[in-house]
Amino acid sequence: MSSTNALTSPVDREDQIAISERGPASREVVAGFGFWLFLLSDIVIFGALFAAYAVLAGRTAGGPDGLELFDKGNVLIETMCLLASSFTCGLCSLAIERRNAPLTYLWAAFTFALGAVFIGMEITEFIHMIGEDAGPDRSAFLSAFFTLVGTHGLHVTVGLCWFAVMMAQVATLGFRDAVVRRLLCLTLFWHALDIVWVGVFTIVYLGAHYV
Amino acid sequence: MSDPVPQEAAVQDRAPGTVHNERGSVITYLAGLGFAVVLTLASFWASDSHAVWAPAVPILLAVLAVGQMGVHVVFFFHISSGPDDTNNFLALAFGIFVVALVVFGSILIMSNLNANMMPMDQLMQMQR
Repeated sequence: MSSTNALTSPVDREDQIAISERGPASREVVAGFGFWLFLLSDIVIFGALFAAYAVLAGRTAGGPDGLELFDKGNVLIETMCLLASSFTCGLCSLAIERRNAPLTYLWAAFTFALGAVFIGMEITEFIHMIGEDAGPDRSAFLSAFFTLVGTHGLHVTVGLCWFAVMMAQVATLGFRDAVVRRLLCLTLFWHALDIVWVGVFTIVYLGAHYV
Repeated sequence: MSDPVPQEAAVQDRAPGTVHNERGSVITYLAGLGFAVVLTLASFWASDSHAVWAPAVPILLAVLAVGQMGVHVVFFFHISSGPDDTNNFLALAFGIFVVALVVFGSILIMSNLNANMMPMDQLMQMQR
């Protein structure tokens, strides 16, 4: 592998070997691709919830509509929290690539804190709405709203728990291959939550004018 | 620099969210954050301001949202159309296809049913 192949670069050899005769992809690639497929199917679930919301958004049954209920300032802060947490999550994955444990903890802590702020603001909003007799049982619009936004919030909560578990694994097991693979999946999961949230704030909160 | 072969061998496939050259990745995430923040602020501004012709605002919001999702896919997931990314890219394309079918199909079918439904007062009369 050292001097005999000096004439043919590795890329050329790659091209000469038929795809069917190459060995299996590395476990990192298989795990990453599999998790990518899971994320896409998760986004299909959200697609169904978005469709339900789009159909039911105008069916308020005489109850309050989105314009009366939503506070756009809060939503902007929530959005910025999620965006910043996606950024710190990216820095965390760079620290993981360099096997730098202190920086990994630091950026994971930032990500966790921002995610916790987001979920705290969302729970406060939900409690406030339910207190104003605008809970999920009030109208079809509110059922669809709580299902869609609540499912996203549930995903964020699961992501927070996953962060805590993974940091414990880094502390106890170190950066072994399996742990690094799980961390890769976790960072992908976190970025996917952000993509879904873009749809949520555009369609649910900003779209409330156009129901 | 002792063994360049294992690094190059990774050309055949790549997991989403990983990059080959580690340098510049911080720049990539910073750029992603910058684009995302700008697009978010533009969305919130467009929904409030009267500078944009009102009937065009929903379309503008949709364009900004799709653009921001694209920014996330490129800068955070590092999905490209390169040869080492074919599987990830095709999976993404299929995912978008299914989501579009579900969302637009549901809206189309439900609005069609709604338009063809008998008005409520006539329906009540028939039930008597």
